[in-house]
Amino acid sequence: MYTEDELLPVSALQHLVFCKRQWALIHLEQVWEENVLTIEGKQMHEKTDEIEREVRGDVITVRGLHIRSYKYGLVGKADVVEFIRISNKETLEGVSIKGQEGLWRPMPVEYKHGKPKTDICDEIQLCAQAMCLEEMLAVSIPRGALFYGKPRRRSAIDFTKRLRERTEEAAVDLHRMTIEQKTPEAQFEKKCLSCSLLKLCLPKTAGSGKSAKAYILQIIKEVSGGEDVVL
Amino acid sequence: MKRLLNTLYVTSQGAYLSKEGDTVHVKVENETKLRIPIHNLGSIVCFGQVSCSPFIMGLCGERNVSLAFFTENGRFMARVEGPVSGNVLLRRAQYRKADDQQTTGELARSIVVGKIANSRIVLMRALRDYPGCAGVEVIEGAIKKLARIMEDMKHIYSIDWVRGKEGEAARIYFEAFDYLITGQKDEFYFKERTRRPPLDNMNALLSFLYTLLTHDVASALEGVGLDPAVGFLHRDRPGRPGLALDLMEELRPILADRLALTLVNRRQVKGKGFIKRETGAVVMDDATRKEVLNAYQIRKRDEITHAFLDEKISLGLVPHVQAMLLARYFRGDLDGYPPFRWR
Repeated sequence: MYTEDELLPVSALQHLVFCKRQWALIHLEQVWEENVLTIEGKQMHEKTDEIEREVRGDVITVRGLHIRSYKYGLVGKADVVEFIRISNKETLEGVSIKGQEGLWRPMPVEYKHGKPKTDICDEIQLCAQAMCLEEMLAVSIPRGALFYGKPRRRSAIDFTKRLRERTEEAAVDLHRMTIEQKTPEAQFEKKCLSCSLLKLCLPKTAGSGKSAKAYILQIIKEVSGGEDVVL
Repeated sequence: MKRLLNTLYVTSQGAYLSKEGDTVHVKVENETKLRIPIHNLGSIVCFGQVSCSPFIMGLCGERNVSLAFFTENGRFMARVEGPVSGNVLLRRAQYRKADDQQTTGELARSIVVGKIANSRIVLMRALRDYPGCAGVEVIEGAIKKLARIMEDMKHIYSIDWVRGKEGEAARIYFEAFDYLITGQKDEFYFKERTRRPPLDNMNALLSFLYTLLTHDVASALEGVGLDPAVGFLHRDRPGRPGLALDLMEELRPILADRLALTLVNRRQVKGKGFIKRETGAVVMDDATRKEVLNAYQIRKRDEITHAFLDEKISLGLVPHVQAMLLARYFRGDLDGYPPFRWR
């Protein structure tokens, strides 16, 4: 069990799973490049902050719900949690909601601008939200949904045993790396091209073994030998 | 590469800046003069009697737009810092390096290597542009002497030794500097560097450009989370942006000295734009100051190839790139600090 002071943001899991160095740059070094994508993302999130609760027939939509888990040491905010009315009173998947009759099954929905990612990082972030909700509401949540801006499409995500294990591993990594406070070395990969921190990380320069010492000695050599050429 | 965004220089006295959504609203005497979306700006620099609402300060902080206040004559007064730039781990790494004698010497050497190489290019360009100018021998002599000092830089001794070499290089460079002024010789000449206050037109022009550059370097350092006050080549002194002054050393020849020479030699600034005050101090008039600000902005848009990154960037981004490389060195990604080399 973690204490309140040790809780770390759920959103960090997504960064960590995408790239450990990206996580370190954002969360340890607090390097942050606002680019068009992150600003659009923020605006999308701001929009989801506006309404708190909306009841429509058998679905109650709650936005901006604060969530946390002492077991996994996580804290955050769920974009949207839908509570869907269930008829089966025997299941462990329903909770009661103040002012509403019956039992409701919670389902986290995370909004992402842009296209679905090829790796698992968004699923992990969503699963972590579900694990927080399960702890807070004492229910079991079988699935959630990711909503992507491009194309405007929702896909259901099953919280399988495998996904839960991966999420737990990521949470353990997150706590270990936060204590270690070490930024992993840069390594250029294809996914770097889609990273908003590309220009602050400099994976091609910082991770290539390019030597600043050699570069300085080269300048000294060229200038003192009168070799530098004015173009 | 990061985009070079505009700097908004507000020189109108009595101007008031406020926030309107994501837009900076500039009013002078209750009349709207300008509305500019914040995402078009990298920096806002206010001269003299200019005021800002706390909300515009907040917006600048949130969007990493640096906001600074200068006196009308370009003396730095204050900078508004938002909540995002306090990177404790990076700053600790910087302080540890600053406390280490060997690193201090090595880093100071890198900076001085950059400075000597770039100063020398200014001299070489002058010879290329004005082959038969007066003082050719002096300039050529200075180029040779700088090459000899550069040879000494193969070894690193103490920080004091590096500082000594830096002083020597600066003296040689400034001794030849007067010959680089080829136009308006009656109005513009250079005998020695005077700063507090500048006592002639050329020194007034250089001082103003150095102020602009210091501001750009200091906000670039803050932008990447470094502490502009804790320097290596420059000793700590309360209130002095030591690290900003360090990084400036290698950038001055290109971003300030060369620009000052161009402005004078091409008669973009004129002697009558400079006013000698009772104490001998020289200040620029409003029109000249605006001309210089404008030329500085245009100069920053010039594209160059960064020798270490091997990437094309605009000159205005060089302070940011150097600050970033310095941060990456402090955090252990690079084995040294690669100074900017102009060629």
